[in-house]
Amino acid sequence: MGLDFTVVPAHIDIILLGCLWTIAIAVAAAILSFFGGIVFAVIALYGPWIIRLPFRLLEWVFMGTPLLLQLFLIYFGLVQIGIDLPAFVAGIIGLGLHFAVYNSELIQTAILSVDKGQMEAARTVGLSRGQALRKVVVPQAVRAVIPPIGNNMIALLKDSALVSVIGVSELTLSAQLAIGRTYRPFEFYVLAAAVYYVINLGMEAVQRRIERRIAAAR
Amino acid sequence: MTEPKPFVDIRNAQKSYGALEVLKDISLQVARGEIVAIIGPSGSGKSTLLRAINDLDPLTGGDVWLEDTQINKKLPHRQYEKHINQVRQNIGMVFQHFNLFPHLSVRENVTLAPKLLKGLSDDEAEELAREQLEKVGLIDRIDYYPSRLSGGQKQRVAIARALAMKPKVMLFDEATSALDPELVEEVNLVMKKLAEEHMTMIIVTHEMGFAETVCDRVIFMDKGVVVEEGPPSKIFRNPDNERTQNFLRKHLANANR
Repeated sequence: MGLDFTVVPAHIDIILLGCLWTIAIAVAAAILSFFGGIVFAVIALYGPWIIRLPFRLLEWVFMGTPLLLQLFLIYFGLVQIGIDLPAFVAGIIGLGLHFAVYNSELIQTAILSVDKGQMEAARTVGLSRGQALRKVVVPQAVRAVIPPIGNNMIALLKDSALVSVIGVSELTLSAQLAIGRTYRPFEFYVLAAAVYYVINLGMEAVQRRIERRIAAAR
Repeated sequence: MTEPKPFVDIRNAQKSYGALEVLKDISLQVARGEIVAIIGPSGSGKSTLLRAINDLDPLTGGDVWLEDTQINKKLPHRQYEKHINQVRQNIGMVFQHFNLFPHLSVRENVTLAPKLLKGLSDDEAEELAREQLEKVGLIDRIDYYPSRLSGGQKQRVAIARALAMKPKVMLFDEATSALDPELVEEVNLVMKKLAEEHMTMIIVTHEMGFAETVCDRVIFMDKGVVVEEGPPSKIFRNPDNERTQNFLRKHLANANR
């Protein structure tokens, strides 16, 4: 049984649908992880301990345990306490929070490296600490971490394949479906890999555009 | 005849970091429209005193008043924050290292606080930005980002930013110390213009020439106390105190080198 890519066109619709799911989940999770990362970072640095401690705990859980396990826990585990999420929502939350924790680490470092004269200058014109953070410090920190966050987002896209195990028919699961029908694992796995790669190229292009816009504003 | 009520009133200011006393019971009154220079060797506490006025470096003792408002009021945290944000809108501050917001354009640097705190519309903010930048002679740089400005231009934008809140008093913390010599004059000119408009100014400076020509009164500080104060002609030409004489002699020697 040699390789035969002619079987692909007949099942391309499944792959394309899977591709759309992957993009949708990755984009939603990326946005969640970005803004979640900012929120986590600000809480970690400036939150009162009563909020900071539970978040610290959450951070340990998300950093110290496998993403696969976290997805199982969110999808299958939460049902037991009455939270029944659709699989793709569970996937977005799992991926999003997992990477939010990583982004938070980057953003925290960046916030601390913003010159303290910036906070002072913002305070002396009358801005509150919160306003100064929101308008002056955090935007500068975020600009500084766009490139490393981009790397995290590429990891996020690749890890989105794990969402297949909770039954979201994204790219990887779609490939498996096609394989189930055709018994052609090599062809469809190669195809899926190629599609992931192309999506990644697209994300890199978006990242470069953002970086260029930021560079222009400096 | 009664003395006119002081505009800025620093009473028995004390500041210490652990055992180190930076300000030792300093009292200083500034009248409305008065321009006061604070000079002294580094480590004399002059910047600390200036920064105490808007409570950026809170005093450990004594109090600071602007008109009828005590600036460093003892209040519960939340109330204090509200109070100090209100007070600081009346006190413009210019820093040695400009501290412009690098991610915002010149226009946005000037309008950020007025828009946020006074609820100015876009049109009003634009007008305000133009008015202030006109004053510092940088209207043609309104769309620039700070990274494309020279040091002198940055400092003038920083002054415009402070003025945009229509402060009652301006504090200058060595505003020209970080500038290349050829850029000092343009900033001094802007400050002179403010002086002509009778802005109340408290200026920490190393530039004796500027202090002498622009200021109404000069305060010489050393080791956390006011050693001598008086009109510039007196302090610079004929100081009474030996420490003042020594400081000025050394300073002149450095300047002429």
